[in-house]
Amino acid sequence: MLAAGIALGAPAAAAHDGEVNVAVAANFLSTSRALARRFMADHQARVLISSGSTGKLYAQIRHGAPYDLFLAADVRRPRKLEQAGLIVRDSRFTYAVGRLVLWSRDPRQVDTDGRNLKHGRIARLAIANPKTAPYGAAARTALQRLGLWSRYRQDLVRGENVGQTFQFAVTGNVDAAFVALSQISDPHHPQGGSRWIVPERLYPRIEQQAVLLKNAAANPAAADFANFLHSAAARAIIERYGYGVPALRDRQAQRRQPTP
Amino acid sequence: MQDLDLTPLWLTLELAAVTTVILLLLGTPLAWWLARTRSRLKTPIEAVIALPLVLPPTVLGFYLLIGLGPDGIVGGPWRAMTGGALAVTFPGLVIGSVLYSLPFVVQPLQNTFETIGNPLLEAAATLRAGPLDRFFTVVLPLARGGFITGATLGFAHTVGEFGVVLMIGGNVPGKTQVISIAIYDHVEALEYAQAHLLSAGLLAFSFVVLFLVYTLNRRWRPALGR
Repeated sequence: MLAAGIALGAPAAAAHDGEVNVAVAANFLSTSRALARRFMADHQARVLISSGSTGKLYAQIRHGAPYDLFLAADVRRPRKLEQAGLIVRDSRFTYAVGRLVLWSRDPRQVDTDGRNLKHGRIARLAIANPKTAPYGAAARTALQRLGLWSRYRQDLVRGENVGQTFQFAVTGNVDAAFVALSQISDPHHPQGGSRWIVPERLYPRIEQQAVLLKNAAANPAAADFANFLHSAAARAIIERYGYGVPALRDRQAQRRQPTP
Repeated sequence: MQDLDLTPLWLTLELAAVTTVILLLLGTPLAWWLARTRSRLKTPIEAVIALPLVLPPTVLGFYLLIGLGPDGIVGGPWRAMTGGALAVTFPGLVIGSVLYSLPFVVQPLQNTFETIGNPLLEAAATLRAGPLDRFFTVVLPLARGGFITGATLGFAHTVGEFGVVLMIGGNVPGKTQVISIAIYDHVEALEYAQAHLLSAGLLAFSFVVLFLVYTLNRRWRPALGR
C-alpha cells in the first residue's frame, strides 16, 4: 500500500514543476488544445485545460481557483482581475479576436446574408448566456442592432456557455445558433450546414485577453506558455481556427499601457 | 439589488406538479404489477427503474438530448406529429423529469403494495369485489402512506433536479428556466443576493417536505396492517 503510494506520488511530484493549469473560455477550447499539443512537443511541461464560460471561470478565479493562466473571451474580466490585484503585473494581453457566426446544421436554414434570421423564419434560435458568455453578449447586441431582439428573446434558448450552445445546434435541438467561428472551423471536426458570418459592425469587437494569475508567479512553465501564445507558430494555429490575431505592433503598445 | 424574478419558482412548481401526476398514473400500475408478479422480467425491470439513482445525470441528459432531438426515437415522431422540437422545451423537461424521478415514486408504492397481504384481497374477493373494486376500496386506502411518500418524494426530487435540466433545458425564462438553473445562473454572474434568496427558499422548502414525509410516515404506518 505504502509502496504503491510512493510509486504513484513520485512522478506526479516530478511533473508538477512543469504543469500549467489553464482556464479557457469555451469558444477557445479546441484551439487551446491544439496550442497545448504544439507547446508540449518542445517543452517539458504539461498543459491542463479547464473550460467554461468566461463569467464562470472568472467567478472561480475570484474565489481562489488554482489556475496559472486565464484565456478569457473578453477584455472586461481580465481587466477586473487586474484591478483586483489577482494577476502578475503587466501580464494582460490580447491573444485572439473572435468572430461571431450564425450556424445551422441544416444547409438551407441560414443564408449568407442572414435574411432568414431577419424575417423571423428561424423558429428556434440559441445564443450563449449573455450574462456570463461574451459570445452570448455579442449575439444579443447583434440581434438588438438588427432590431430583432424583441422578436426572438421570448423563445431564445440560452446555452450555459458557447460550447453548449453549439452542441444544441449540432444535435438539431435548435434550428440555428450564434456561436464562435472557431467552433465550426475546427480542422479536426469540419462542420457543414449553413452559416452567416455576422458583419463586424453588428457587435463590439470580441477581443479575447489572457492574464497570468498570481499562482503563476512561481511557475516558469506558465510564463513560457503565455510567451508561446505570441509566437508565430501559435499565431498561425489561432488563425487557422478562425480567429483574428492582434497586430504585433498593437500588442506591444497594449502591454505598455498603464493599468487603469 | 436587482429585482428577484420569481418566474423560475412558479415554473419549477408547475414542472414538479405535472411530473408527479404523470408519475402517479404510470407508477401505480407499474408498482402494483411489480409487487404481485412472479415474472422473470421483474428483476430486470426493477433494475431499470432504479438506474436514475446511480447514473450521473449527464448520462440521462446526453441520451435525452439525442433521443428528444429531431432525429431521436422520441423527438422524431413528436416532430412529425406536432412540427415542433422536444428538447429545450417544457414537455421535454417533463419527459426528463418523469424518467429521473421514477424510482422515487415506484419504489415506495411497490413497498407498500407488498405489505398488503393476499388474505385481505382474497377476503374481499369472496365478498364478490372485482379486481378494480378491490384495488380502489381495499388497496388504495391501505396504501395511502405509500402514495403520500411517493408523491412527495417525486415532487421534491423534481424540484431538486439540476444536471438533467442543465443539459436539456436551454435556460429559457418562463419555459425551461427552473429554480436550480436560475440559482446557478445567479451564482455564475456573481449575483449573490438573488442566489441567496432562492437557495434559502429552496432549503426551507426541502426541509419542510422531508419533515412532512417523515411525520406522515410515522402516523400512517399502522394503516399498512402490520
